[in-house]
Amino acid sequence: MKRLLIAGVALVAGLAATSWAMAEPVDDTLEIDGKPMITRTKAPEGHPFDEVISGWHYRETETRDLERDTFENPAMVSVEDGEVLWNKVDGTAGKSCATCHGDAAESMKGIGARFPKWDADSKKPINVELQINKCRTEQMGAEALPFDKGGQKELTAYIKHQSLGMPVSIDLAEGDMQSWWERGKEVYYTRTGQLNLACASCHEVGVGKFIRADHLSQGQINGFPVYRLKSGFTSLHNRFRGCIRDTRAEMPKAFSDELMALETYVTWRGTGLSVETPAVRP
Amino acid sequence: MASKPRIKVPKSASAGEVITIKTLISHEMESGQRKDKDGNPIPRKIINKFTCAFEGQTVFECDLDPAISANPYFEFNAKVPASGTFKFTWLDDDGSVYEAEEPIEVK
Amino acid sequence: MKLTRRHVLGLTVGAAAFAVAGARITPALASVEDTDKSIMDFTGGVAPGEGKITLTAPEIAENGNTVPISVSVESAMEGDDLVESVIIFADGNPSPAVATFHFTEMSGAALATTRMRLAKTQNVVAVAKMKDGSFFMDKKQVKVTIGGCGG
Repeated sequence: MKRLLIAGVALVAGLAATSWAMAEPVDDTLEIDGKPMITRTKAPEGHPFDEVISGWHYRETETRDLERDTFENPAMVSVEDGEVLWNKVDGTAGKSCATCHGDAAESMKGIGARFPKWDADSKKPINVELQINKCRTEQMGAEALPFDKGGQKELTAYIKHQSLGMPVSIDLAEGDMQSWWERGKEVYYTRTGQLNLACASCHEVGVGKFIRADHLSQGQINGFPVYRLKSGFTSLHNRFRGCIRDTRAEMPKAFSDELMALETYVTWRGTGLSVETPAVRP
Repeated sequence: MASKPRIKVPKSASAGEVITIKTLISHEMESGQRKDKDGNPIPRKIINKFTCAFEGQTVFECDLDPAISANPYFEFNAKVPASGTFKFTWLDDDGSVYEAEEPIEVK
Repeated sequence: MKLTRRHVLGLTVGAAAFAVAGARITPALASVEDTDKSIMDFTGGVAPGEGKITLTAPEIAENGNTVPISVSVESAMEGDDLVESVIIFADGNPSPAVATFHFTEMSGAALATTRMRLAKTQNVVAVAKMKDGSFFMDKKQVKVTIGGCGG
């Protein structure tokens, strides 16, 4: 036991030492194919930070460069797959997304900046993934896509990419969005798991510090689905679940009320940042 | 999901100009080093060769080993003697061949 | 921070959990000797010279899965002043071979960029084979960081 305690103290000292390592977000500007992105902006009223900052500023030069050019961005192959799905007829009604919505560049512009939004039918917030499923089941006569399968990430990224550069702005006045925001806030600040960490532990209290070599950002979600150098093309709810798993907690299901509340709240925390989908992160 | 290879070639060039070409193909580049959930090795499956030719003449080739990242990306140069077509080929370990073409006009 | 017994225990578990999360299967890695041998196989025993070739790689890679590397060799790319090929090795990967670029007069310039995997901090080596039978080498160390976030 004594030995364990000593080991514990040594580890604590080690953790404490690394937690002192701080680095400012990189002073740089992001243009994607020459189109300027808002990566730093004044936080909305009631926000814990003065300034909201895109995770792009917390990355190394080579990672930042991958996002500047849509050709070099490894996630753009997935966005192109999404475009194929947009035009693909599926279901008993013989329709594709394009049958009703035409040119996504026109019809989907702004969608990525305004979701999640209130869905009066289900009396819940709805995100792009669930909106796709709603269209599929109600309009196309097709099966809902299971989480992360069947091109869900690709189609979501293709739709959100049409809002590239547009500032995130969700409407909390609609329906019951405000109470879902409150619920999401509670999730954000609730410590979970064996490591007893809340979202805020790393992305608010620890922002700018390092977890081993990972530079902690504000945990903004304006670039999802993202290309992670570590694991490839990654959806938001997969990332939420991964973070929660890392706290050694039970993972809520994708699109559960808990995670939909969290998506609503965290999207609001990035108000004013450009949609960067698909962003590139480590 | 099988995606089309992505290729960036300028639409036009002057005669004898050296241009930059970029290519990216969607491929997992399974290294053969990984194991599945049951501890069995996942067999290697990579793109092992990439070639670029202009009107039948080789411009650039690369032999790839498993250390090349997923979605292999190449950037290289090419001299453009006249209007013509670049042909790109990727060879997969499983014998599949992926091909693409891009024309260029000399003004 | 005031350290209570409870704190120490909690953090010990936490630190241990992070250590476990960070553990990964490390296959047998190529050695520097294997790489040197591979270089000699490529050059036919000729010791490569310095200069002419520049290997560009990041000093620090945020993740070893996608590390951009570029090679550039000074050459007219005509007649006898031609770079035939450039081979890339990584001396700390399971196998040192990374890629071999082949150039021709149609290449216009001996320049190539790709993205590679690095299992850990190690040297990346590039050797150019010239048409006249000479060889040139450049080497860069890339530090590969291991993040704390497994998600």
